[in-house]
Amino acid sequence: MTQSTYRIDPVKDLPYAREFMATPVGLHSPGLQRVLNVLRGEPLAGKYVLIEITPHKRWRLARLTGERGQPVPVLDTVFTDLETAEREVFMLRWKDHVGQDLVLA
Amino acid sequence: MLTLTGYSDRLYCRPGDTVQFKVNCESAPEYHAEIVRIICGDTNPDGPGVKEVVVDTPVNGVHPGRPQNIAAGSFVEVPNRLVLEKLESFSVQAYVWPTTPAKGVQGLITKWSDSKGFALIVDNSGSVALKTGDGAQDSVVSVGKPMQGRRWYRVGAKFDAASRTLSVFQVPLHPVPGIDDAGVVEARLEYLPRQSAGPLYFASFSGPTAVFNGKIDSPRICDRALTDVEFVAVGMPRPHPHEPYIVGAWDFSEDMGSRTAVDRSPNKLHGAIVNFPARAMTGWNWTGEEMDFKQDPSQWGAIHFHDDDIYDAGWETDFELTVPETMTSGIYAARLRAEGAEEYIPFTVGPAPGKEQRIALVLPTASYMAYGNDHLGTDGGNGELLNDILNVLTPPDLFLNEHWEYGGSLYDEHSDGSGICYSSRLRPLLQMRPKVQCLLGGFGSSKLWQFNADTHIVDWLDARGFGIDIYTDEELHYAGYSLLEPYAVVLTGSHPEYTSTEMWDAYHEHEHRGGRLMYLGGDGFYWRIAYHPDCPGIIELRRAETGVRAWAAEPGEYYQGFDGRYGGLWLRQGRAPQKLVGVGFSCQGFDLSSHYRRNSDSFKPEVAFIFSGVGDDELIGDFGLIGGGAAGLELDRAGAELGTPPNAYILASSEQHTNAYYLVPEEFLETGPALSADENPNARADLVFFETPNAGAVFAVGSIAWAGSLSSNDYDNNVSRITENVLRRFLDPSPFT
Repeated sequence: MTQSTYRIDPVKDLPYAREFMATPVGLHSPGLQRVLNVLRGEPLAGKYVLIEITPHKRWRLARLTGERGQPVPVLDTVFTDLETAEREVFMLRWKDHVGQDLVLA
Repeated sequence: MLTLTGYSDRLYCRPGDTVQFKVNCESAPEYHAEIVRIICGDTNPDGPGVKEVVVDTPVNGVHPGRPQNIAAGSFVEVPNRLVLEKLESFSVQAYVWPTTPAKGVQGLITKWSDSKGFALIVDNSGSVALKTGDGAQDSVVSVGKPMQGRRWYRVGAKFDAASRTLSVFQVPLHPVPGIDDAGVVEARLEYLPRQSAGPLYFASFSGPTAVFNGKIDSPRICDRALTDVEFVAVGMPRPHPHEPYIVGAWDFSEDMGSRTAVDRSPNKLHGAIVNFPARAMTGWNWTGEEMDFKQDPSQWGAIHFHDDDIYDAGWETDFELTVPETMTSGIYAARLRAEGAEEYIPFTVGPAPGKEQRIALVLPTASYMAYGNDHLGTDGGNGELLNDILNVLTPPDLFLNEHWEYGGSLYDEHSDGSGICYSSRLRPLLQMRPKVQCLLGGFGSSKLWQFNADTHIVDWLDARGFGIDIYTDEELHYAGYSLLEPYAVVLTGSHPEYTSTEMWDAYHEHEHRGGRLMYLGGDGFYWRIAYHPDCPGIIELRRAETGVRAWAAEPGEYYQGFDGRYGGLWLRQGRAPQKLVGVGFSCQGFDLSSHYRRNSDSFKPEVAFIFSGVGDDELIGDFGLIGGGAAGLELDRAGAELGTPPNAYILASSEQHTNAYYLVPEEFLETGPALSADENPNARADLVFFETPNAGAVFAVGSIAWAGSLSSNDYDNNVSRITENVLRRFLDPSPFT
């Protein structure tokens, strides 16, 4: 599987963050996809995933351990729609990568 | 976490056959079983909903529950014989290619029970060692030098009873400067080892426990302490079988498709190979000059063992159903319920002989098995990057993540990183169920894949009033064309990706003898596989050369051990999918699906019947339960250069896919930009129709998501209309031209 070494620039890439917040799933601009290749390409250890707790209705945030066979630790955050989950995880990863909260304004 | 799991001995049957159900019930003293007919398994509230009908059978009712476990791990078991039990002095040797030398103790050649016997092992340091015991005391003598992973060694030990001296050696076949992995150690025992009365094992201890990960080639046992020269001589591929000191000389290159480890010595200490370790594997002496094991089997004398191999879970039967004549052909399941837990064990019923309908649906059960128990959401490749959406895990994913003894799929790797090349249905396949969603099913949608996705087709046929017979790939493989012969029209499932040669030939015969085929999916007829000729319910895949590969077969391991045929893509066998069904795998993406737009071919009078009731400018399938459109997940395109017949009509093509859809690797020879569907013209699905000899015909949709659009607007939509137009015309035997 491919991965990216691109370093997200919190200023130059901010328009792409806005693009993601407007349309988290679908056809992305090349600039947004370059950012997503970083954020979605994180290694399995600590990778955010969703666990479906009520089919089609509720999903819980969790993080993989990256260790084969180990239980998936769940977090407290629960989503009731998938696009909100995409946005939330984007913001969490953005902060991890650029060291500051994503401020869209 | 799942507490109720099960499987059946048979996947398909006919009235009068008996199906045995094997159940693991961990959290309740009993469970309630009912036989149900499955019409639709999609729980999506925006879809037709789950449709199942309880069938009154004698097995319906309460059954006592009990836990049943799986002992994974492959090994060879040789029954105890006097010639082994009477050994005093002895030598053991094998060539080994360890893949997890640091894993901990692993058995290589063991005859050990009740604290006595001998065991050539990989010890905790990753070095070869010999363990011996007399029932009261035991000891381990180790070379003390860790082996390197994925490198060949000749390893062994000898014990001389008269002097009580013992020697253990480890010889790298390709020494590397600076790597200290060769050695010989000697020791004198204070006791005289006694032999156990238990079986002899290769690659494990009894249980199996301490299963070895890696290859073992040419194991030998002799009845005296050999000289160094004798060790080398006895390790050759075909040692003289009548050397008086040879007790056992196993040749894993003999009868590679079988489950027997042949001993070439006069003692004929043949072993049983358990849980299908990988055979037809390159051995220590493979030169690379030959690629086909049939040309010189002696270079393929290795078996690759894994501690997570599984063939037959071997559970006890909890109840069995003799299928009554009143159960007409369809998909059925034993539905089990116990204190909040629910499990389905699916099976199909074919028609009683002579009672065939005119339409057959062949469920792509080989593909169900290929994906069976996948760990795509928790292990291996980076699915989120591929799918461009967050991974969503469901209860089967979480259970399988913690229960590798249930085995993986052909998309997973073994614990040692080697690809899983066999998949069995004699274990619970937890995603081959109604109501289950899977990782690859697209965004925010029904997220169906394989079995459950195919219930969209069954549901549509039921809703539109078509009587059909249901078959499986496995049945088609063993029966061949004769299974299809009674039918005017044969339908595929949504993703018939894995095809044996026998299956391919059966479809080809059907097409060329006037049969009509509706290929209602995408990425079909892509990989060649083999079913085992003798062992039920197991398939083999070699991910050779190219293709969308979750792992790659090792060089020299491209030929299928089950049938000796060259494995990999059908494209590489001169049978690209386009030759069979007009279209072949071109691209994949797993976020949003899209639609088709009609091409000029669709307005020709010869194909007017297909578009009756469909407007000239209508987008086809711009709706649906799978990613929101009929063109999605995995898409196939036509291509004359790949074999699409010149009489084919390219009726419509998909468009406006997201940039998460990428060409498959075999679609380009050199890397470069513009590989995604928002730019590349070959990343698309084509809707195709063509005639075949003797008034036969093929209709292909080239998209997995097509089936998910059939039910929209209460089955009144252009995907449903086109499918029905074709099916009704295909039932009319009159020629097309």
